[in-house]
Amino acid sequence: MPFLPSRAHRPSTRAAALGAAIALLAGGAQAADQVKVGLLTTLSGPGSGLGIDIRDGFQLAVKQGAGKLGGLPAEVTVADDQQSPDAAKQTADRLVKRERVDFMTGIVFSNVMLAVGQPVFQSRTFYISANAGPSQYAGAQCNPYFFSASYQNDNMHEAVGKTVQDRGFKKVALLAPNYPAGKDALAGFKRYYKGEVVMEAYTPLSQLDYGAELSKIRASGADAVFVFLPGGLGVNFVKQFTGAGLGKEMKLFAPGFSADEDVIRAVGDAMVGIFNSSQWAHDMDNAANKRFVADFQKEYGRLPTLYAAQGYDAARLIDGAVRRVGGKLEDKAALRKALEAAPFESVRGPFRFNTNHYPVQDYYLREVVKDGQGRITNKTVGRVFEAHADAYAGECRMPS
Amino acid sequence: MPPTPSHPPSLLDHGLHPRWSIPLLVLLVLLPTIAQALDEGFYIGVASRILVFALAATSLNLILGFGGMVSFGHAAFVGVGAYAVGILMQEGIASAWIAWPAAVAAGALFAFVIGLVSLRTQGVYFIMITLAFAQMLFYLMVSLKAYGGEDGLSLASRSQVGPWLDLADDARFYYCVLAICVLVFIGLARLLNARFGHALQGIRENETRMAALGVPVYRTKLAAFTLAGAIAGLAGALLANQAGFVSPAALQWSQSGMLMVMVILGGVGRLYGGFVGAVAFLLIEEVLAAHTMHWQFGLGAVLLAVVLVAPNGLLSLARARAAKAGRP
Amino acid sequence: MTGLLLLEQSLNGLQFGLMLFLLAAGLTLVFGIMDMINLAHGSLYMVGAYLIAAIATASGSFWIGLAGGTLATAAIGVLLEVSVLRRLYRRDHLSQVLGTFAILLMANEAVRMVWGSQPVALNPPPALAGPVELLPGFSYPAYRLFIIGVGLAVALLLYVLVTRTRIGMQVRAGASNREMAMAMGTNVRRLFTGIFALGAALCAIAGGMLGPLLAVQVGMGESILILAFVVIVIGGIGSIRGALVGALLVGLVDTAGRTLVPLLAERLLGPAAAAGAGPAVASILIYVLMAAVLFWKPRGLFPSHG
Repeated sequence: MPFLPSRAHRPSTRAAALGAAIALLAGGAQAADQVKVGLLTTLSGPGSGLGIDIRDGFQLAVKQGAGKLGGLPAEVTVADDQQSPDAAKQTADRLVKRERVDFMTGIVFSNVMLAVGQPVFQSRTFYISANAGPSQYAGAQCNPYFFSASYQNDNMHEAVGKTVQDRGFKKVALLAPNYPAGKDALAGFKRYYKGEVVMEAYTPLSQLDYGAELSKIRASGADAVFVFLPGGLGVNFVKQFTGAGLGKEMKLFAPGFSADEDVIRAVGDAMVGIFNSSQWAHDMDNAANKRFVADFQKEYGRLPTLYAAQGYDAARLIDGAVRRVGGKLEDKAALRKALEAAPFESVRGPFRFNTNHYPVQDYYLREVVKDGQGRITNKTVGRVFEAHADAYAGECRMPS
Repeated sequence: MPPTPSHPPSLLDHGLHPRWSIPLLVLLVLLPTIAQALDEGFYIGVASRILVFALAATSLNLILGFGGMVSFGHAAFVGVGAYAVGILMQEGIASAWIAWPAAVAAGALFAFVIGLVSLRTQGVYFIMITLAFAQMLFYLMVSLKAYGGEDGLSLASRSQVGPWLDLADDARFYYCVLAICVLVFIGLARLLNARFGHALQGIRENETRMAALGVPVYRTKLAAFTLAGAIAGLAGALLANQAGFVSPAALQWSQSGMLMVMVILGGVGRLYGGFVGAVAFLLIEEVLAAHTMHWQFGLGAVLLAVVLVAPNGLLSLARARAAKAGRP
Repeated sequence: MTGLLLLEQSLNGLQFGLMLFLLAAGLTLVFGIMDMINLAHGSLYMVGAYLIAAIATASGSFWIGLAGGTLATAAIGVLLEVSVLRRLYRRDHLSQVLGTFAILLMANEAVRMVWGSQPVALNPPPALAGPVELLPGFSYPAYRLFIIGVGLAVALLLYVLVTRTRIGMQVRAGASNREMAMAMGTNVRRLFTGIFALGAALCAIAGGMLGPLLAVQVGMGESILILAFVVIVIGGIGSIRGALVGALLVGLVDTAGRTLVPLLAERLLGPAAAAGAGPAVASILIYVLMAAVLFWKPRGLFPSHG
């Protein structure tokens, strides 16, 4: 954790902004001459791999549009939230009040999202989530300015819950970090898994050593373990899990985040055989995805993760919406309608929003395998849910 | 009392120095107008935050600089004040007239209890005990899930003062903070130049001698510690309002360390030490951060230079220059 | 099953405590002999971990990385001491706090400039990556056993150094009464530099050992630094024996707090509520331990000053 958590460092990079930028013309719904996006994400600490992927995915989309989003030159300000709700709130204030961005995006962790949400919505700035999907914003606290281009936190875990249930495991140990997404995760898992939960543990987000939890898992006598630990946390857990020899005694299940390319790269062979769920996989067969994966590999020299795909989709959603309103970003009502229509080609295939601005989409089962080229990667092995909505949409009374 | 021909200036005099503090005050009052004219309204919020930290650092200076009590847990009192406001707002009480005095009371209460136990120790053990208590408070707030726990608590709005003063407006909030700071400084100046202040500084210099003179050492220290906690609580209330958010991170030992650094930087034992230190620290941060991503390196280098060149803080440089020019 | 749980947890606590000892030993010597509060001690731990990771990755061998990184960190420690820290010895504690805090900031940023903000991977040597069967039906990670081994070996080495060698005698004399030691002819300057280098080396070893378990990232020194201070206060400033006992106590209390307390809490409150209370109570317990020790023995368990 950074020593001076009260201060986030200044925005560090800006994407190409073509054309001279003169101040916005006042009055009336005139077309703006550029789109300003604030990309606030986790670029340091164990969660940094996720933030970097979101950033890279987003910037790839902008690059593919020759530096434009929706026909307007795009100015993307990237900032580090340091995984701290405190620091993130201050940086978000700066982005919204000083830089006066038109869109905000990028946050990885739900606790940071919940701290940043309120001031962003109050300033009538649209937030397009490239990852965080807290249940709070899906239900009672839904907000017209929040759109999720990713998923709702519970969904991935619901898919794994159903898989574990269908495969007949009777005793499961659960582990997640103690923050909103962690709680959503285990709640989602238990919604579809009906067997016995022999252990349920929540660890602090800053905890990296799982020795104590592994002892308890061993002592619980479970035959399957479901773990939600994003990024660096997942890397540590899998290494320690294998180190403790638990892989022989029980089967490890995870949501897509804990078994994506970044974890696979760090852990290696020990990952083979882990089942995980996701709304996207890099081997999905549609034109947008093929182009995305090819370009991402060419640009960055690695396979994209789920986070990169979400960052890419968030940029394309903004692109489509801005194009639909003809660049008139001042007209918030029109822009909102445009966003709700989701006028873009998602790398997931057909994409639409529910009434609470969360996606209704399919969820697939993936398995980590060694492919023909000897690479260890995810392979889609089945579909768990079709056109699945989240459990909270009913509680949302979206103001019109 | 201020120096006069018959009473030459002594180490114990801490005047308000109207010669430069009045122009500074005028500048501070005009700051929102200037900022708005330059269309940099955002910086009014930044200035408010700097003033709040100046207040917190000054409260630490009271015990550290003037009392010689090196407390490594001072941020806990700031945090407690912030949480008082946050928790009350969550429970539906948004009035500043209730919440802010509650924050002051909370800061004073915790300082009193912690001081009661800690002030029985000396030196490095006092430092560690105050640190220990602050960390305990930190972990307590982390475990309170009802009030956000580790993720913190968002405030629905700023505290309500009355229909005649809407604190949601950045400029009005700034003036409110500035007014409170001015009042606290005037109060502290009077306190430090009175018997209590002299006794406190005497204790800092030589406790045994003061005890021999009949000064109630323990009680004086405890009173100062409690007062510092109260002011810190007030700073916490203002901080919660300024950020619109309160989290356990505000109570961490690294925050206490930062406050200590501000006091040492500005000038330990000088009335404006906390103010100068906070302004210098946060301004350097702002300026450096605008130029480079690696601003922490620059900040560290500046602090190191100050330690090596100006051993008694920035204000000592000013006083040295004034002494050379022959002014008191 | 509870017996095995307790055994495993005790081993975990021992492992953590021994690593804390490596950090605390250097810190207590610096504080005890040079009377300097060194907030940059955690930075040496971080720099050590980074250097070990870098050399291990470059050479492909964990062992070369460990050796090379430790030596490099000791060298950096010497450089730091000779150039900057030496000037702070005579100053008051507050100036030392400010100066070492400044170094801490610069160290964090320097590491970020060289290696970036993302954590760096450090893997245990392949030979130690798997489990070892200690008892029938009970496997314990080989790597953690290795850490315990290294910790005990270093403790033994320090014991021999401090009690059986001339340098060790000078160290003990300096801790007990610095002026007298100087009067008796100790070359204080060289002794101080040597102590600092030793402290830096110990930090690097701890960083390299813990790196594979935790993460090698910027700011990793801060959280462990505060625990190191608690350990040396419990153990008595200036005493290595105190640092060992203090570190083991803290390690065991921490691990016990993280398992036993949540177990109790779970029975009473349910998993989600207990999850919030558990780690927090464990951390509070360490500070309660310190307060209790200070209450009973105000100068720590084994005070070295006369």
